[in-house]
Amino acid sequence: MSTELTGQQSLPLAKAINAGLRQAMLDDEKVLLLGEDIGPLGGVFRVTEGLHAEFGGNRVLDTPLAESGIIGSAIGLAMRGYRPVCEIQFDGFIYPGFDQITSQLAKLTNRHQGSQAFPVVIRVPYGGHIGAVEHHQESPEAYFAHTAGLRVLSPSTPHDGYWMIQEAIRSNDPVMFFEPKSRYWPKGVVDFDANRTPTHASRVVRTGTDVTVVGHGAMVSVLLQAAEIAEQEGTSIEVVDLRSLSPVDYAPLVASVSKTGRLVVAQEAPQHVSLGSEIAATIAERCYYSLEAPVLRVSGFDTPFPPAKVESIYLPDADRVLEAVDRALAY
Amino acid sequence: MPETSATIQLLSPEGRLVENAANEELHALVRELDEGQLRRFHRDMAVTRRFDVEAANLQRQGQMGLWVPSFGQEAAQVGSAYARRQQDHVFPSYREHAVALVNGIDLVDIIELLRGNTHGGWDPKQHNNFHLYTLVIGSQALHAHGYAMGIGLDGAHGSGDVERDEAVIVYFGDGATSQGDVSEAFVFAASYNSPQVFFLQNNHWAISVPVERQSRTPLYLRSTGFGIPAMQIDGNDVLASWAATRQSMDAARTGQGPRFIEALTYRIGAHTSSDDPTKYRDGADVDAWRAKDPIARFETYLRGLGTEESFFEEVREEADAIAADARRRTMEMVGPPASVIFDHVYTDPHPLMAEQKAWLERYEASYGENA
Ligand SMILES: Cc1ncc(C[n+]2csc(CCOP(=O)(O)OP(=O)(O)O)c2C)c(N)n1
Ligand SMILES: [Mg+2]
Repeated sequence: MSTELTGQQSLPLAKAINAGLRQAMLDDEKVLLLGEDIGPLGGVFRVTEGLHAEFGGNRVLDTPLAESGIIGSAIGLAMRGYRPVCEIQFDGFIYPGFDQITSQLAKLTNRHQGSQAFPVVIRVPYGGHIGAVEHHQESPEAYFAHTAGLRVLSPSTPHDGYWMIQEAIRSNDPVMFFEPKSRYWPKGVVDFDANRTPTHASRVVRTGTDVTVVGHGAMVSVLLQAAEIAEQEGTSIEVVDLRSLSPVDYAPLVASVSKTGRLVVAQEAPQHVSLGSEIAATIAERCYYSLEAPVLRVSGFDTPFPPAKVESIYLPDADRVLEAVDRALAY
Repeated sequence: MPETSATIQLLSPEGRLVENAANEELHALVRELDEGQLRRFHRDMAVTRRFDVEAANLQRQGQMGLWVPSFGQEAAQVGSAYARRQQDHVFPSYREHAVALVNGIDLVDIIELLRGNTHGGWDPKQHNNFHLYTLVIGSQALHAHGYAMGIGLDGAHGSGDVERDEAVIVYFGDGATSQGDVSEAFVFAASYNSPQVFFLQNNHWAISVPVERQSRTPLYLRSTGFGIPAMQIDGNDVLASWAATRQSMDAARTGQGPRFIEALTYRIGAHTSSDDPTKYRDGADVDAWRAKDPIARFETYLRGLGTEESFFEEVREEADAIAADARRRTMEMVGPPASVIFDHVYTDPHPLMAEQKAWLERYEASYGENA
C-alpha cells in the first residue's frame, strides 16, 4: 500500500506530520518510530495514528516509559544503521532524556570524527494555548538551540509540517523537531507536489514595510493576526517565520530589517537567555545602520509556565505584539 | 562486598583449578581453549599492566592531564574481551584498556584521548566494533542496548548459529549501577529480549565511595528483578571471566535474552591520577586483594601446565618494548590542528561552523608571519 500523495489537500498539522512520517517510512525502510503510546493508540496527539497498523510493530515501537532509554537506544540504533524518530510525549518530559541528547547524541558525531553519523529525530509537541496541566505547555527549545551538534526545527503550518519532518528524517544530523501543539488541529493547505524548500531557511510569510516581526511555531499565527489588525490601523507589518531555530537563517531577516528598520522578536518561551535574545543581538550587530529603533522582544515571563487559567495572560498575544510594534514605531 | 557463596571461580588465587557442580559447564567450555589461547590471556594481561604503569608514569611526567589505571582488573577484562565473537559489538566505559588491546586498539590512542588531543581516538568500524570510551557514567549501557535492539529488529540473532548470530557486550562499574541509564537499559533489554550482555566490573570503588554505598545487596542480584539472569564471578580469574562471558553472550545471541555478569575485582591503583586513595581506604584491603592478583595466579596455573620460563621472559620483553614504544610515541605527539574544533560537529554542511572556522582562520592570519 504505497499510495503516493499528490495535489493539494487541506489538513491539520497533526495529520500533515503523520503523512510526512508515513512518506519517510515508505521512502526508507530504516526509518523507525519510537515512543510512548505511539503504537496502536497513535500517540496522545494521534500524530502516528495508523502507522502501527500499516508498518507493524517492528517499525513503530511502543517503548518502556523512560525518555533517557528512548534516546539512548535511538543512538545505538543509529549506530546499527537505523534512522530513529523518537516521540517525546510532551515538552516538559524531555528532561529525563536531556543528558542523552546533550552529552551523547549531540556530541557523538564529533567524537567519532565523522566516521559515524547520528540521524536521529526527536519530535517534541511544545508550547501553550491548550489549557493543560503543569509540564504540558512549555517551550524548551532554547536549551537545544544552545547545544552544538543538534539542529532544531519548528514548523508553523501543515504544509511545512509535512515537508520539514521528511527533511528532518533525511538529515544526517540529530534534529530536535518542535511541533507547536496548539496548531495540531487547525487546517491548512498542504501541497504534496511542492518543490522542496531547504529546511534551514527562514521565510517571509507576509510582506510589509513598517516593522518586521519574527517568530516560530505557534507564534507565527499570532504574528499574522497582529499584522492583520495593524493593517486596519494603517501599519504595514512584515512577518518572518524562522522555521529553523538552529542554525538560524538570518539572510531573509536581515533583508527585511534593512527594509523596515524595525524588528520585534516574539516567542512563547521565557525571555532571559532565550532564542529571541540571540536573534535581537545578531540583528543589532548586522543591521546597525538600518535600525530606526532598538530590537524589541515579546516573550513569556521569566516564571514557570503558569496554571492554565492564567496562561492567556502569560502567553504573548496579538495585543502584546502590537504594543511592542507601537513602541518600535515611536522611536 | 566480598565474594558470596554464589561466586563462580575456576581458578583459585593460588592458581589451582576449582571444580564443583556450579562451575562444571564453564570448565567444559574452558577445555576447548588451546594452549595458544591460554598464553594470549597471559600475554595481554601482562602487556596491559606494563603499559598501564608506563602511562601512569607518563602522566606524572606531564604528558597527560589524566590517567585512568586498569591495574588489577586485567583478568575480568581480558577474559571477557576474548569471549566475544567476530560479529559482536563492544561498548566500553573508560577503564577497559585490556579490552581495547584485545580488540586491536593501539593503546597509544588512549593516551591521545587522555592527553587532550581528541574526544574519540578510533573508528569503531575499523577496530573490531570496539566503540568509543564513554565518560558519562552509565550512558553507554543504553547505546549498547539500542545496538542490540537493532540486531533484534534485523533478525540477526536467534538462528542458533553462534558463528553468525550477533550480540553486544557493555562494560560498566559498580558506581554506574546506581545510574538510571543502567536500570533503563535493563528494562529495555528485558522488554525487547535484546542480545546484550551487561558486564559489571565491581572493583569495589567509585572514586572514594565504597560499593556498599551503591548497594546493600550483592550487585549480581540487581538484574534478576528486571528479568535478566545473572552470574557473579571471581573477576580476577581469567578463565571464569572468559567462560562466563562466552556462555552469556552465546545465550544472548541465540535468542535467550540479555544476561548480567558481576565480576568481582579490585581497583588496586587510584581512581585516576588525580585521586588520593589514602584519604579514604586503608592498605589492608588493598593487600588482601593484591594476594588475589589475576596475573600471578594465571602464571602459576600456566607453569603448572608446563609453560616454560622462556615464554614468560618473552612476554616481559615484549611488554617492555610496547611500553617503550608508547613512551617514545607519546613524547613525539603533536597536538591536533585548530580545525578539529569545527570539523565533524555535524555530518551535513552547517553555516555556523563554516562561518566560525573561516573567522578563526582570518583572525589567526591577521597576526601575520612575524606574529
Ligand atoms: C554521570 C557522571 N557523574 C559523575 C562522574 C564523575 N565520575 C567519574 S568516574 C566516577 C566513579 C565511577 O565509578 P564506577 O562506575 O565504579 O567505575 P570505576 O571508576 O570504578 O571503573 C565518577 C563519580 C561521571 N563521569 N559521570
Ligand atoms: Mg568501581
